Amino acid sequence: MGKLFTRDTQAIFWNNNKTAIQRMLDYDYTIKRETPSVAAIVAPTSSNKFEKFFWGGDEIMVPIYKSTAEAKAAQPQADVLLNFASFRTAYDVTMEALNIGGFKTIMITAEGIPERLARGMNAYARELGVVVIGPATVGAIAPGAFKIANIGGTIENIINSKLHRAGSCGLVTRSGGLFNELANIIAINADGIAEGVAIGGDRFVGSVFIDNLLRMQENPDVKYMILLGEVGGTEEYKVIEAVKSGKITKPIIAWCIGTIAKYYDSGVQFGHAGASANGDMETAEAKNKAMAEAGIHVPATFNDLPAKIKEVYEDLKAKGVIGEIEEPEINIIPKNRRPKNFICTISDDRGEEATYAGFPISSVATPDTGKGIGDVISLLWFKKQYPKWATDFIETVIKTVADHGPAVSGAHNAKVTARAGKSVVESLVTGLLTIGPRFGGAIDGAAKYFKYADDNNLSPKEFLSYMKKEGVPIPGIGHRIKSLKNPDLRVTGLMNYAAEHFPATPLLDYARTVEALTTSKKENLILNVDGTIGILMVDMWRALGYSEEEINEFIESGTLNAFFIVGRSIGFIGHVLDEKRLAMPMYRHPMDDILYDVKKAEKID
Amino acid sequence: MAQKAIREYDAKSILAKHWNKYFPDFTYSYETVLVTSGAELLEAAKEKPWLKEKPLVVKPDMLFGKRGKNGLVLFKDQKPGDVTLEKAAAWIDEKAKEDVAVYFSFDGDTPTGEPKVDRLTHFIVEPFTPHSQDEEYYISATVVGDEDVLYMSAEGGMEVEEGWDEKVTELAFPITATEEEIAEKIKANIPADVKEEDKENFAKFAIGFFKAYRDLNFAYLEINPFVMQGTKIELLDMVAKLDDTAGFMMVEEWGDVEYPTAFGMESKSPEVEAIEEADAKTGASLKLTLLKPEARIWTMVAGGGASVVYADTIADFAGIEDLANYGEYSGGPTTGETKFYAETILDLMTREKDPKGRDKILIIGGAIANFTDVAKTFTGIIQAFEKYADKMKDVGVKIYVRRGGPNYEKGLKDIKEAADRLGLNIEVYGPETHVTDIVRMALEEK
Repeated sequence: MGKLFTRDTQAIFWNNNKTAIQRMLDYDYTIKRETPSVAAIVAPTSSNKFEKFFWGGDEIMVPIYKSTAEAKAAQPQADVLLNFASFRTAYDVTMEALNIGGFKTIMITAEGIPERLARGMNAYARELGVVVIGPATVGAIAPGAFKIANIGGTIENIINSKLHRAGSCGLVTRSGGLFNELANIIAINADGIAEGVAIGGDRFVGSVFIDNLLRMQENPDVKYMILLGEVGGTEEYKVIEAVKSGKITKPIIAWCIGTIAKYYDSGVQFGHAGASANGDMETAEAKNKAMAEAGIHVPATFNDLPAKIKEVYEDLKAKGVIGEIEEPEINIIPKNRRPKNFICTISDDRGEEATYAGFPISSVATPDTGKGIGDVISLLWFKKQYPKWATDFIETVIKTVADHGPAVSGAHNAKVTARAGKSVVESLVTGLLTIGPRFGGAIDGAAKYFKYADDNNLSPKEFLSYMKKEGVPIPGIGHRIKSLKNPDLRVTGLMNYAAEHFPATPLLDYARTVEALTTSKKENLILNVDGTIGILMVDMWRALGYSEEEINEFIESGTLNAFFIVGRSIGFIGHVLDEKRLAMPMYRHPMDDILYDVKKAEKID
Repeated sequence: MAQKAIREYDAKSILAKHWNKYFPDFTYSYETVLVTSGAELLEAAKEKPWLKEKPLVVKPDMLFGKRGKNGLVLFKDQKPGDVTLEKAAAWIDEKAKEDVAVYFSFDGDTPTGEPKVDRLTHFIVEPFTPHSQDEEYYISATVVGDEDVLYMSAEGGMEVEEGWDEKVTELAFPITATEEEIAEKIKANIPADVKEEDKENFAKFAIGFFKAYRDLNFAYLEINPFVMQGTKIELLDMVAKLDDTAGFMMVEEWGDVEYPTAFGMESKSPEVEAIEEADAKTGASLKLTLLKPEARIWTMVAGGGASVVYADTIADFAGIEDLANYGEYSGGPTTGETKFYAETILDLMTREKDPKGRDKILIIGGAIANFTDVAKTFTGIIQAFEKYADKMKDVGVKIYVRRGGPNYEKGLKDIKEAADRLGLNIEVYGPETHVTDIVRMALEEK
């Protein structure tokens, strides 16, 4: 109860502020957190999917999302939003997060959010029970558990100021710059802090002194509190009330800075936007006096604050309220760290035996393992162990597309190159280079367009007219000679397999209704083998639990074509080896097979 | 500062611009001009015939009140309501000719306190509006604590200010109040003394006024008085402040609004203006206020909070007699920006020797920085030392340094070495020394 953060607290960081995030992760590593304190980054204009950060000497990847909603959906356990948006957008970002829900704490760093917006945002958060830290703050820290962004400064300073482990003081300041200073003073004169918050320098901030002190009163780790206020405002009087009424019983040491303001007229602005006294009651002196009268420990001057802290701390220690603190072991961050240029998330050759997505090669290679090529593809392409019906399907596809005779463009290219005396790899590559939108690409296209039509609930008729408007023949429909009466047996085989083994085939079912319409127009407008593969792959992924977005990503990144590339490579290599065996000579195309139509070039002046 | 005062003319212009949205049941002629000389007024009359046709009222429009008691409202030549265009232009030129003394508080009609003396530069000119006292009303709105408060009174002008507690109805609204709730509450609380036939219109006007105050991001808005003649409204006198942080959203709504410095503010020294200019150009923060340039103690402190505690501590130890300036640099200024800031201060503090022959004191202070690179900012200060070392030795300057944060060891070592090399008297401390303790050291030494 009463703790702002724990060692498990994770945040969503709005804005890819790399230095601040790295500082958080360095802190996490130092205090031996198990999980990084930043679960996700929101960067609306970034096209990256993750950002690399150091974790000690290693590196980790923090996912990047385009919106808070996406980030929160992917990382529901992250209940802190670190809003590093500018003063122009910080309000919208906060309001959106409040409406999404699931955030316990929102920290806002921007200075100068329009006052009326800040007030509305703070009131809404309060109504929802969300703690707002800021605006215009450097943040908060629960030493040994969770640290926001830059608070505490460098890791060296954090350790010097004992901010790497919980002490017994609850610290609340307005100023972010003096927060560090106070933490240092408390480390020197007492045993460090248990929780600290810099509430922010703007006139209207979310959580104020009293909110934080009341929470610290409930936090068993906090044995006494230090409040560093400022000239201006009346928030300190709420603390005085709470002390008088007995709501706060733990000792408080307090000081308001800005005692100098009394010497000058209002023309001189000392410190923050919030720091301007309207009336005697808001002067630093009046507040210091009132706090002292209420029994709060108030030093004679700011320069005497360290001695006052020592006095209160020693007293609590003598009374046994504060015990000894065991110094925890910490990790030391290596001095020299180098970012890695390449990332690999599929295989690893550093151990005893190289692995495919965590599986030693020997555990999937030999027949007794029961694993086939489909399993290896599922590990290396998708980093998942697919069930047998799916790996069998993948193998069926590869076998089905392995070859289609010597006349297709890829095989022809491979053969011509082989006959020019080139090697297997060169000949194979010339064959593969023909694979694209016209050759083999129908798999991608069929998956894409049929999925689009299904996702948008287009009737077969609407789908046809949509494709007509697009000016694209429907990929995966049509065969040179085959028809409903004379079916392509490869297609029949795939469909039968799917009917028997797939949990469901919603996209194929839809495609069949489209086929019914197209074949009613022309006999040979059947669902061909490319179309059937593309469509069934989508059905496979759907049955395996992938989201529609993930499937769209597979399609866009060319994964479907990849099945064709792997399969057809088998056939191309066969044709190349065939040429080598036959020792066929260099091929020259017969001239009478070419229409020569060359006119003299016109001169352009 | 987030809340900035604007001219009466601009306040009226903003309301006039949105008049039909907030006050659809009322009319306002918006006959008002802002001029800086008689010639400008005569020029304006070519476009605005009412200036020639109607008797006029002229007042300075420079953020101060009590203009009537200061004798700075022109509404009569021989008798009230007979001021012609020519008379108004002549009066403006006469008043703008030399400095005038303005009092800010009065006991009855007798001025109290010290006047401020400055030149009158801006005048607002409007038609003279004949009306009876009972047509004058008061209305204003501002933020108190976390709430918006609407003040309404059946009496306008001087009367309301002198009998505030009895005459004013105060209504407080949380930021979350809906328009319906606000309208309900205003309707139910119209001041009893408002004329019976005006009550409904008063409520309508107050609702529109409060909505305009909220929508248009005013921090303070006062009309004292406004005249209500049926559905015809005249805004006789207005005071307004805007929340300038909302400026980026209100470009269209506010139009071309200016934030003048207050009447009687000492004109800023060129050094302070140069720092302000540099501050406006950088993402970091550079602030300088000269308190007493001939004094002995100068501060160059990093951070808003730290700069305040240094000033506090100097006052605690030595009073403010010896404190020359207040200021701060923060937010990670570049080496060049820090150099410029340091040079400005060194230049100012080495112009004259201390009249009592003592050394001057330069406090280079700061808390433990969160992200500012200390060595980088100190490089800028060292470069300034190099330029001003001879002058500093000539005048006699003792330097005290205290700072922590990223790269502070290097920063402290560099500044110590540089000062030693240049023959400057320096003491250097890090985070192990209490932030303001160098003030004690500096001021306790005899």
